Amino acid sequence: MIAAFIVLFRRDLMLGARIGGGAGVGLVFFLMLVTIMPFAVGPDMALLARIGPAILWVAALLATLIGLDRLFQADDEDGSLDLLRMSPLPLPLVVLAKGLAHWISTGLPLALAAPFLGLLLALEPKALLAVTGTLLVGTPALTFIGAIGAALTAGMRRGGLILSVLVLPLMIPVLIFGISATAAALSGTIPFMTPFSILIALALFALVSGTVAATLAIQNAEG
Amino acid sequence: MNLTFANPSRFLAFARLAIPWVGALGAVLAGIGFYGAFALAPADYQQGETVRIIYIHVPAAWLSTACYGMMALSSIGTLVWRHPLADVSAKAMAPIGAAFTFLCLITGSLWGRPMWGAWWVWDARLTSVLVLFLMYCGILALWNAYEDPARAGRAAAVMTLVGAINLPIVKFSVDWWNTLHQPASVFRMGGSTIDASMLWPLLTVALGLTLVMVCLHMAAMRNEILRRRVRTLGLMAASRETQGFSA
Repeated sequence: MIAAFIVLFRRDLMLGARIGGGAGVGLVFFLMLVTIMPFAVGPDMALLARIGPAILWVAALLATLIGLDRLFQADDEDGSLDLLRMSPLPLPLVVLAKGLAHWISTGLPLALAAPFLGLLLALEPKALLAVTGTLLVGTPALTFIGAIGAALTAGMRRGGLILSVLVLPLMIPVLIFGISATAAALSGTIPFMTPFSILIALALFALVSGTVAATLAIQNAEG
Repeated sequence: MNLTFANPSRFLAFARLAIPWVGALGAVLAGIGFYGAFALAPADYQQGETVRIIYIHVPAAWLSTACYGMMALSSIGTLVWRHPLADVSAKAMAPIGAAFTFLCLITGSLWGRPMWGAWWVWDARLTSVLVLFLMYCGILALWNAYEDPARAGRAAAVMTLVGAINLPIVKFSVDWWNTLHQPASVFRMGGSTIDASMLWPLLTVALGLTLVMVCLHMAAMRNEILRRRVRTLGLMAASRETQGFSA
């Protein structure tokens, strides 16, 4: 069972990295979102440094969204999702393997790129560290909340838009605690660990409930 | 085919009887309540006449969460028991719940302007109700995205249950966070803090609108059942025709 899990995990990682996988597109989109922000609010470095963490978080959230529609759709189109459903590997583990592989190929690069993009927004080192830390914990939560929407819209021709409408409201708590942890690290009125541990709890909760709900959605898609 | 419709048929017979009575009773109660609210109840000593917004705002707010609760129960019925009426009920409830949530947001905004000096503030109660409205919109979009009603029903059921996590947040947002929105004053430990002269119209309107909601829900369910029958008949007629061509 573990071998099957690892095989599926590696298959999805490889599919994401190779031609047609689109793992890098989210990262480019992230860079573009951060780039257009100074054009929108003006190149005032003090202002950018103040709202920088928020820009990075919102950009990461949107960049997570654009890759999500392919999470189950590609497998649904070529029939491999049906094979996976019939395989001896339990469906929740299939969803977990695909979700983790998707996070490593799309979410993790966003968190790792955040400190470099933070330099463009004139963030101080403390803020860079806080944003990277919160994104590292927050992006798996975003991916697994998004997996619910991806599973629900897998069979749809233009599911991407509906997916965004469905999962964005559910992502709000992650955004709230990601931002408040960053703010706590900067201002120091409340300890950083208070909102950060809630963010960790949210990520763990999303990991479990997102897997279960996405499994339920895939099971119910046919029959 | 007849077996599948057995239960819905009984529902249709029941609905034909119940809809006019429930609707009429709801309208009369809401009418009495509104008369009490706008003619008999006193104006507030601080808020003046604007306090009368409460008689629409609060029942709409209660119903916005009650409708979602009903939708979540129906979703459990869809996913666990595959009850043929459960997803009809969930689908019929969604636009009604969205309408009450919208009404709650609009009246709240109109009330907030004179009282707080702002149409909108980002406090926990207002934000969580706005998120509730967005959930309703998402679920409605999901219902419209699938052609096959059974498949749409199961997808919407999963989404509804996931979104139900917002309900306790809406309810307890005023207790967990320090909000500009006041905490609960009708159903609370130690009794209501609203004077009886204002409380009875409020509760009468709420009961009346609840009955109106039940009536609308049943009528929408009846329409949905009939719509599905028309769809099935159309599909059957189409397949008969194609069989005629091939024979």
